[in-house]
This record gives sequence, structure tokens and C-alpha cells, in this order.
Amino acid sequence: MAVKPEEFNFAKNDKFKTAMIPGKFARAMRTCKIWQFIRFIIINLKMLVVVSKSH
Amino acid sequence: MARLVVLGGGVAGHTAATFAADWLGKDHEVVVVTPNAKWNWIPSNIWVGVGEMSKEEVTFDLAPVYEKAGITYKQAKAVSLNPEGSAKRNKPFVTIEYTGQGKVGHSDEIEYDYLINATGPKLNFGATPGLGEGSNLGAHTVSVCTADHAEHASHELTKIMDKMRKGQRQKILIGTGHGMCTCQGAAFEYIFNVEHEIRKAGLRDMADIQWISNEAFMGDFGMGGLHMNVGGYVVSSRIFTESLFAERGVNYITGAHVNKVEKGKVSYELLDGSMGEESFDFSMLIPPFAGVGLKAYNKAGDDITDTVFAPNGFMKVDADYTPKAYEEWKATDWPRTYQNPTYKNLFAAGIAFAPPHIISKPAKSPNGTVINPTPPRTGMPSGIIGKAVAHSICNLIKNGPEAHLHEASMAEMGAACVASAGKGWLDGTAAAMTVYPVVPDYDKYPGTGRDTDYTFGEIGLAGHWIKHILHYLFMYKAKLKPFWKVIPE
Repeated sequence: MAVKPEEFNFAKNDKFKTAMIPGKFARAMRTCKIWQFIRFIIINLKMLVVVSKSH
Repeated sequence: MARLVVLGGGVAGHTAATFAADWLGKDHEVVVVTPNAKWNWIPSNIWVGVGEMSKEEVTFDLAPVYEKAGITYKQAKAVSLNPEGSAKRNKPFVTIEYTGQGKVGHSDEIEYDYLINATGPKLNFGATPGLGEGSNLGAHTVSVCTADHAEHASHELTKIMDKMRKGQRQKILIGTGHGMCTCQGAAFEYIFNVEHEIRKAGLRDMADIQWISNEAFMGDFGMGGLHMNVGGYVVSSRIFTESLFAERGVNYITGAHVNKVEKGKVSYELLDGSMGEESFDFSMLIPPFAGVGLKAYNKAGDDITDTVFAPNGFMKVDADYTPKAYEEWKATDWPRTYQNPTYKNLFAAGIAFAPPHIISKPAKSPNGTVINPTPPRTGMPSGIIGKAVAHSICNLIKNGPEAHLHEASMAEMGAACVASAGKGWLDGTAAAMTVYPVVPDYDKYPGTGRDTDYTFGEIGLAGHWIKHILHYLFMYKAKLKPFWKVIPE
């Protein structure tokens, strides 16, 4: 059975073995234009709050 | 008419000078002394370093901008301060040495009523044998600290990518070049942008990419790490960072003091006292920062550098510099007004102020070598501090010595940070993070030291869009285009 891409690096060294590696869905969502547009709005709003609290 | 002299034209100095000139109007004079002819949006240098932006896209000429703002511009470096004047001059003055404007090498003395030291750091390549001489980059590694360095890095990267195309496997080493470096974030961004470019070119299988850092653990970033609100969990930045490195197949060494750089090889000492070597075909190592080496003299001409500056060359301000154990460090140790305690008309902003201590937990190897990151004071905190200091000085000039001073403690301000992990409008990613406050306050926020409602992070295309838009936004603001003042620091 072929190794899933996200599982390939686990075998590379002991440090990677204990790390959290995103799967296919999480990686797809990172560059999904619709989802990322929503995140763009949310992140900007969150950053504006922090910026306003810092001035 | 009062004269404010600003030393340095980086994020802190440029912000302070432009706001002060705007608030003071033509009744007073603002002078900027900076050795550079161009302003550089340093966060975008990492894209110059991978050939995704040109040097011209991240810089612009300062002279026309300062002319428009009514600021007197001296392309020169500051050499020394005389905060009491001298035998010949009653007013305080700064001695400068021109680096341009047709007067290279000429010295001048500029009197001031108020002075902001925003010189930024000396890139101390000379601290590590082989990394460079003094503030000059050496021959074995590259850097992304300046636009010129980044352009050179891009050329060298192209060379090794050509070798990969010819079937030669290449080893890439990126990180910090000394045990007491700061600015791990820039190296973090560069390693993932390099990895992204190599992957995009279909050459990932031909490259071994290695991270080396003075951080005791991944994700320390000179801030002792942070705990972020991610997906309903409060997660350590260590988990977040190790995840990205494992996902991209980038191996890492932490707690490393690089003590020697040779052609194709670095030697290092680890926190456990062991020594190691790492070979490379291409390496970008961030140098440690130091003060620019300004001297100070009193009226009699005696050297008072120790009074004005800390031993690392950064200017003393209203911080609590009393040596304390790590367990006794408080958020209140950090400066609020950035006013020099001895000379009340001297202020510092950005990297140029001396922090009271580091933020990360101090660490030493059994051999006595200090290996811990120094605190970051770049980006948003730099801009906010520059603006606050300008505000204070404008108040002092307009309302007299008892005027209210503005405060901008790093233990009370947050920072928004966007760390690129690859450029591309459709396939780029960046880690978008906020941290509040920058310096943890364990009295106010027992547990993580920070407010986890306002400390979060996530990686994705949205982060890249933000980073790219911020590039244009801050270049626009720095050029003082219409409505520049409404863009926050």
C-alpha cells in the first residue's frame, strides 16, 4: 500500500516522528481560495483588534 | 525654533521623523541623519533573496520624501554624542561623518534640542570567525539583512539551483550565525521561501535543507515561545513550528552557537556542551546585532559612553537594568517612555534601545557559552515606539519640560507578525500571528504570560495575501503618499 504524502516524512527522523503533520484536507484548505478569503477577513479583524489595543 | 535630530532612517527613525515633522510644522526643524540613501522595507528582503522581488521594489530614495516632508536630510553616520556640549559649544551636539551627498568622509557637528537614537543595529558579522569582518558579510555565506545582501543571496541561490538541475545534490543551511542572535523570524521566512522556490522548480528531491538556530526550542523566536489559540486549543509555538518543519521535510538543530564558518562548513557548540559540524553548499546565517558603536563625551571631553550606552552599545532608557534572576524578571522592567535617565532630551527607539534583559529563558552550555536569543524589537513595536517618542518630544517642545510623555511598553503592546512560508498569489502561504503582549506578563496573565484571546496563529494563503498587501501598504506609507497617517504602524 502506498504511503500517504503526509505520512512520508514521519520516517525521516525521530524529530519528525513526534510532530503534528497536516493531512490532505488540512493542506487543501490552506490554499482553498474561498476558505482563505474568509480567513483573510477574520485574521485582518483579529489583527486590527491587537493593533488598536497596542496604540 | 527647536531642532530635533533623528539618528537613523529605518522603521523607528523614519516613523518618528515623519510624524514629528508633521506635528511640529515649520516652526521647528527635524533633521534625519542616516548613512543610507534609500529606505528599505526589510521584511520583503526575503523575497528579494529568492528572486521573487527586485531590490528596487523594496527600496526608494529618501531625499525627495524628506524634501516633501520639510525634513533636513543628512546622508551620514553618527560618530559621537556630546549631550552637554563641549568647551567650544554650549548646546548638545552630535558629530556625524558623511557617507554621501558629495561630502563622503567629511565631518560635521549638528546641535540639537532633542535627539532620538534610532540607528538600528550594527550587523555584527565579525562576532563569528568566518561569518564576516566587523559589519561586513564574509565570503562563505549570504545574508538577507539588507536589500544588497538579499540580491546577492538570490544570485547564489540561482547558482545552486542550476547545479541541482544538472543532477548535483545540494545542501542548504539556514539559521542563526551566533549563539546570541535575534531575528530568527527572518531566517525562518527565508528557509521556507527557499524550500518553496526549490519545490516549485521541481528540484526538492535534489536538496537537503537544514535549519540551525540558537533557540533552545523550535518556535522560541526570542520571545520565550508563545502559546496560541489554534482551533480551540491553546498550543505552544513549538508544536506549530515543528509541525511546519516536519511537513516540509526540513531538519533542524536547536540550541546551537555557531562558532566558526569556513568555506562549505560551520562548526557549532550545542547547549549540552557537545560540538558539531555541518557542511553546506549554500548558507544564509543571520549575524548577531550590536549597537552601532556611538561614543559619548561630556563637556570636559571625558568619555561618558558607559553612562549613555549599555555595554552592548544600545542606549540606556527608562528600563530597570538591575541584574536579576530569571524568576524575578517583571514586565515592569521594560521601558515605557524610552527617555535616557541621565540626559532627558535623549530618547531611543526601535532596536537602538537597550532592553533590560532578554525575554527567553537564559541558557548556557556546560562550557560557559551563552546560547540564547536576544529580544526582537523590530517591525510593529519599532514603529509604535518611534511614534510614541516623537509624540513625547513634540509635547516637550510645545508645552515645556513638564509635558506628558507618551508610553509604549513592549509588555503592554501586542504585535501582528506575518511570516512568509512561500510567495505566490494562488499557492503562497504565510504564518499569520498576533502576540499580546510582546513581553510576557506573568502577573497579569498567569500561565502563559500572554492573553490567549489575542494571541493566535495560523498558516495559509490568507497570511500570504496579508504579507503581500502589507508590503505595498508600508511602502506607500513610508513615501508619505496621501492619507499615510491613517495607516497604523
